[in-house]
Amino acid sequence: MTLFRNVVFVAALAGLVAGLFMAAMQAYATVPLIIQAESFEGAGDGHHHHGEEAAEGHSHGEEAAEGEEGWAPADGFERFFYTSMANIVTAIGFGLVLVVVSEFAGGIAGWRQGLFWGLAGFAVFTLAPGLGLPPELPAMPAADLGARQTWWLATVAATGVGLALIVFRRTPALAALGLVLIAAPHIVGAPQPASFETPVPAALHHDFVVAVTVTNLLFWAVLGTVAGALRARFADEADAAQKSFA
Amino acid sequence: MNGSIRTFGTDVSAQSRLMQLALAGLLGLFVIGFVGFSHVEAAHNAGHDYRHSMAFPCH
Repeated sequence: MTLFRNVVFVAALAGLVAGLFMAAMQAYATVPLIIQAESFEGAGDGHHHHGEEAAEGHSHGEEAAEGEEGWAPADGFERFFYTSMANIVTAIGFGLVLVVVSEFAGGIAGWRQGLFWGLAGFAVFTLAPGLGLPPELPAMPAADLGARQTWWLATVAATGVGLALIVFRRTPALAALGLVLIAAPHIVGAPQPASFETPVPAALHHDFVVAVTVTNLLFWAVLGTVAGALRARFADEADAAQKSFA
Repeated sequence: MNGSIRTFGTDVSAQSRLMQLALAGLLGLFVIGFVGFSHVEAAHNAGHDYRHSMAFPCH
């Protein structure tokens, strides 16, 4: 299981670095906008989902007065702590996916190749699903959660496979198929809410979309770059060690 | 040689390589799925700001 161990090690270290970086960026760029949007919750007509979700038993934070609310981190440090943990843990998850997929393509050769892998990750996990389902703020209307999650996952899968066909299969037919796969989810269209009416100001939402997209770009760039640099170092050292024993 | 491949600083058989990579990849998907997509309430609340900030479908 040496290979498994090495993959996990590189992904964990790259994920730790990128996750901490992302948590810091979010604290500055996205979370203040989320908190600002939460002040509109329950204020307008466009907001139905919280009432429904409370009945289903998953909503968050500050509506404890409604009863039937589960545990949620307290505002302030505790909330920041859990956001940071979620960032680090999922960054390691994304790192695992990135390293595993790149191993099938021969492995990332260095930090610069890693940066390109990171950009691919950004395209697959942020850009493509974000076209149909732009980053949303609390108090904004949205279609059924399950339907959106399904569309999100299908879009990520189709974009990833499509990109791989274009980059790693050098025939015009497969490149064309790759483009079709990338475009298909957007032709089908993402699930949209019945009404877009929301008390959240359009300018606030616009700022949020930009903040989410740019922070994700930087996150993926760091994740890929660090993973590439570590992987190259790791493979070199192991090769050197093996030669010295040979 | 018995079909072993040198990859990532280690020698493995093609089958073992596939198995180990698949295992690592599944672990990654499981982690992302649990934190980003789980409908478990406590997981949702803990990761709320994260989910919004990653543009994961939330609520």
